[in-house]
Amino acid sequence: MFSTLAPILLQATGETLYMVAAALTLGTSMGLPLGVLLATSGRGELFEALWFQRIFGPIVNATRSVPFIILAVAIIPFTRLIVGTSIGTSAAIVPLTVAAIPFIARIIEGAIREVDSGLIEAAQAMGARPVQVVTKVLLPEALPGIIHGLTLTAVTLIGYSAMVGAVGAGGLGDLGIRYGYQRFRPDVMAAVVITLIVVVQAVQSSGDWMARKADKRNI
Amino acid sequence: MIRLSNVQKTYAARRGSEEHTALRGIDLDIAAGEIVGVIGRSGAGKSTLIRCINLLETPTSGSVVVDGTDVTKLSKRDLPLFRRQLGMVFQHFNLLSSRTVYDNIALPLELAGASKAEIAEAVNPLLPLVGLEEKRDRYPAELSGGQKQRVGIARALSSSPKVLLCDEVTSALDPETTRQILNLLKDINKRLGLTMVVITHEMAVVKALCDRVAVMDGGVIVEEGLVDGIFANPVHDTTKSLLADEFVEFRAGQSSNQSSDQSNGQED
Repeated sequence: MFSTLAPILLQATGETLYMVAAALTLGTSMGLPLGVLLATSGRGELFEALWFQRIFGPIVNATRSVPFIILAVAIIPFTRLIVGTSIGTSAAIVPLTVAAIPFIARIIEGAIREVDSGLIEAAQAMGARPVQVVTKVLLPEALPGIIHGLTLTAVTLIGYSAMVGAVGAGGLGDLGIRYGYQRFRPDVMAAVVITLIVVVQAVQSSGDWMARKADKRNI
Repeated sequence: MIRLSNVQKTYAARRGSEEHTALRGIDLDIAAGEIVGVIGRSGAGKSTLIRCINLLETPTSGSVVVDGTDVTKLSKRDLPLFRRQLGMVFQHFNLLSSRTVYDNIALPLELAGASKAEIAEAVNPLLPLVGLEEKRDRYPAELSGGQKQRVGIARALSSSPKVLLCDEVTSALDPETTRQILNLLKDINKRLGLTMVVITHEMAVVKALCDRVAVMDGGVIVEEGLVDGIFANPVHDTTKSLLADEFVEFRAGQSSNQSSDQSNGQED
């Protein structure tokens, strides 16, 4: 039994990791600048732009208030536009990324707001330009918090990736539903659950380790 | 070197706070190489005053001339370039926790686009000057308060500024460390001929460090002159009461000497 289960389990795990890694990367590439601007565009802040907050604040909140499974179905036309299909592992990356962007943006915003404002003042007194304040002070000082937040995002995305299994993507969620649930294979279900636990545990542990490495505040 | 003429600063009213005037017409002349103290109680406007010199605060009106340039007229693009000519040291050090001692001191040069070699050339001699050779690769979390402030001073000096702005630099330190830091600043002033503006609420700091002092109250300078003269013959009530505080602190300091000796051992 194990010999037939192992290859499909391995393949499903690979698909899940691929979806999560792609969504995390794409989500960070867009969520990071969005989060930085949300944290620095307030009144009297580095890049004061109240219109930005007024427009993007509500958009971020709206995206975050839609349950993921609804979001995934609702944006199918958009997914088709980008990938050409709404079915499959690659197609699932689109809703996962759309859900990850506001999540990551809020996490980055929070981590940056934690940085002591005295450091911003010191950097400006040294002659830092606003972009340098972000790259040389805010992001390095917020790094431990950002790593913690991205770890949290990765774990959340693993959960979401199992949900997109329900709408035609591959991965561990799809395996669990089709084999474990619909074909009454409790052994497959158990294998899927255990694999998910192991993957989440590994992601969390390595995230914690990296955050600890980056944190020089308590040595 | 620095000339403030009729500098006013008013913070506009916002939700939950009324309009507030922090500076009501400040005139102050600071000559090159001089150490000038600005003393006052909290809320007197001294922190706003020092921030008007490097434009961390923009004066509402009046002019701030540094080294012949009216800096209130500088564009946003030129402002960072101007600020690199001034070093600033802070009460709470404001060091980057993610950078080592060396990299903290190197930051102003990095911001100015200096090469690795140029940075090493500037930072390496500063480490012995502030007595931190052995802490070169340590992080701020591993340092005592006095050591952190030494890093803050070295960082302010690394871009070879003409002026050093000191904002309550000893207020977070114990008496013995305060003495060491003040000696270091005095030594730096002698060796490098830097102009210094020192904000404080302690007369002892003025006495130990400054040539001249301006006493602030309610957003104006109420009394100004050579330190010796002000100490010998204070005229304004604020000056008298600040001097009286000193006497009380001096006596309180004597009785608590033994307890502070123990913590001294950990410093530097």
